[in-house]
Order: sequence, then C-alpha cells, then structure tokens
Amino acid sequence: MAVYAYLVAGYLILAGSYGIVRSRHLVHAIVCLSVAQAGTYVLLIAVGYQRGGATAPVFGSTTKPNKHVVDPVVQAMTLTDIVVSATVTALLLALAIQINKRHGTVDPDDLAALRG
Amino acid sequence: MTRLTRLILFALGGTVMAVAFVLAALDLPHFGTSYHPYRDLAVPAAVQHHTANVVSAVNFDQRAIDTFGEESILIASVVGAAALLRPSKEETERLVPDLGRTLQSTRLIGYVLLPVTLVIGFDVVLHGGVTPGGGFQGGVVLATGLHLLYVAGSYPALDRLRPVTTFEIADSVGAAGFAVIGLIGLASTGAFLGDFLPQGALGQIVSTGTVQVLSGVVGVEVVGGMVVLLSRFFEQEITVQTGDD
Repeated sequence: MAVYAYLVAGYLILAGSYGIVRSRHLVHAIVCLSVAQAGTYVLLIAVGYQRGGATAPVFGSTTKPNKHVVDPVVQAMTLTDIVVSATVTALLLALAIQINKRHGTVDPDDLAALRG
Repeated sequence: MTRLTRLILFALGGTVMAVAFVLAALDLPHFGTSYHPYRDLAVPAAVQHHTANVVSAVNFDQRAIDTFGEESILIASVVGAAALLRPSKEETERLVPDLGRTLQSTRLIGYVLLPVTLVIGFDVVLHGGVTPGGGFQGGVVLATGLHLLYVAGSYPALDRLRPVTTFEIADSVGAAGFAVIGLIGLASTGAFLGDFLPQGALGQIVSTGTVQVLSGVVGVEVVGGMVVLLSRFFEQEITVQTGDD
C-alpha cells in the first residue's frame, strides 16, 4: 500500500497524544510524548525512502557517488529531531522531579496549584 | 477540566487531525517513489565538497546554521535541567554507602565493554564525514559508555572517572567552538559557517573540510552535555538527601 508507512506515523502521533490526555503520571505523559515524536521520525524516514535497492547516502571506494540513494535531507532532519526530543525529554523529567518535590504528587490531575 | 471533558475534547481534535492526516497522506508522493528533489540537490552539493557521508554534509555544511540552532537548544536544555535539579536549601548532598550488589557477570561485561564502547564512540565522532555517524551519535555513545562504570562498579568510581566540572567546560567549549568556526568561515569566505578548509579526495578522513571539525566540536558538546545531565539525575537519586533523614 502506497500510504501505509505514512499512516503508521499518523497512528503513532495520535496514540502518543491519547496517552498524554489519559495520563495519570507525569513520567508516563513524558514517555507518551516520546511515542508521539517517534511518529515524526517514521514520517520523515518514510518520505525519504526509495524502492528498488536505493542505498544509504554514504559513499566510499565501493559505492561511487550516485543519485540512487535514499533522501539524505530527511535523514539529517530526523537526526535533529531525535536530539531535540532527547533534550526536551531530559528537561521534562527534571521538571517532573521538581514537581514531585514541591507538590508531593506526580498525577497531573492533582496539580491544582499549577492552574492559571 | 475533568477527565471526561478532556477525553471528549481529544476525541474531537483527534478525529479532525486523523481525517486531515489521511487526506494529506493520500496526496503525498507515494511511499518509495524515485521522486526526491532535495536528494537530487543535496547529493551533488555534498560530492562537490568531497564529503562522502551526505547526511553529515547536510547537517554540518548545507544546513550548518540549523545545526547551530539545534546545538543551542541542546545547551539551553542542559542548563535548564541542571538549574532545575540543583539541590535546594532544605537538601544536603552526601554519599550514602552503596548497599546494592552487582552480579559478577555484570561487572565483567561492564569492565570489558567500557574501553570498547569508548573506542567505538571516538571512531564514530572522528569518521563522521566519511562513514555513518558524526558528533551527535558518537557523543551519545561516549557519554553513555562512560556510565558502564556505574553499572559495573560503583558511583564513587564513576565520580572519579568523570569530573563533572571538566565536562561542564567541555559542553560550553563545544558550543562556543561551533560559533567560532562559523565566524572564521564568515571572515574568510564571506558566509557564516562557510567552508574555509582545503579539501582532499572523496572518502579521505581529512577531505571533508569544516564538516569533520564541526562534527568534532558537536561531539565534545554532546559528551559534555549528556554527562552533566546524567550526573544531575544521578545526584538526585544517590547523593541528595532531604533535611528530614
């Protein structure tokens, strides 16, 4: 199916978001955010894929430079995506630790003090 | 907002998003097609700059300014997490004696893999321009590899292997190095992050000009950032005690 890989990406994003909405634990919500972000990796890599034995966009003595490779631009963007995702996850986990210390709970529903 | 209203709101928004996403996906170029206009531009540009790893060429040459923004995000979040995780006034730092036990086999594997992982990490950073890899990937391998000592040995051993201050400095030096290389490029080629180094033949380790240098400084920054981050989380768990106990 021509759009199957794209649908997997959309499914991951929605499943992750659903997890965040239903979350009863901040760490669980952060992991769900990572799942949703994994959908963006799948989407980017799927966009760059090419059928028919296209190789990785890395050349050498055995693979002479040619254009029969998968798209390197989306791969570089995926790399950026993963790095930003990892750092954001670290920052959110640090926030979760602080919230646990200050409020004594990690259930998002109990964090009434954070409401505007 | 109650859980029920939140679920209903998500159901509405999620449905709209799902329908819009499927419609958009149906209109995308088909999966696996040979139509890749960006690739057709990126590959010749990389080959022209003698960079064998086109992904690194995109990251550190063609889109180097975006990578500059990305590594700024990295250092900003490391600083943010470190600020959030510093011990508060009510907390004191002291090392409780290690009460855990480690299996002999875990120790063995940890000590054997520690040097191997570090060598692989250096290899991935240093060959970022010619083989798959680069500063980001290699930096993570190096930083997490160091923590095998915690798995195999103990926290004090890890503390001796990685003086956190040194890695804090490495983090900033790496981030500043990227900007300095960019400014040298600006001065010598007229473009920020312009490639000012001589280039050799495709596939040689020194052929890639600034790609390899930028990959290296990013590697230094990632190692520094990751070690600082992990050390803060370790401290929360291991050495920081609240005033009560």
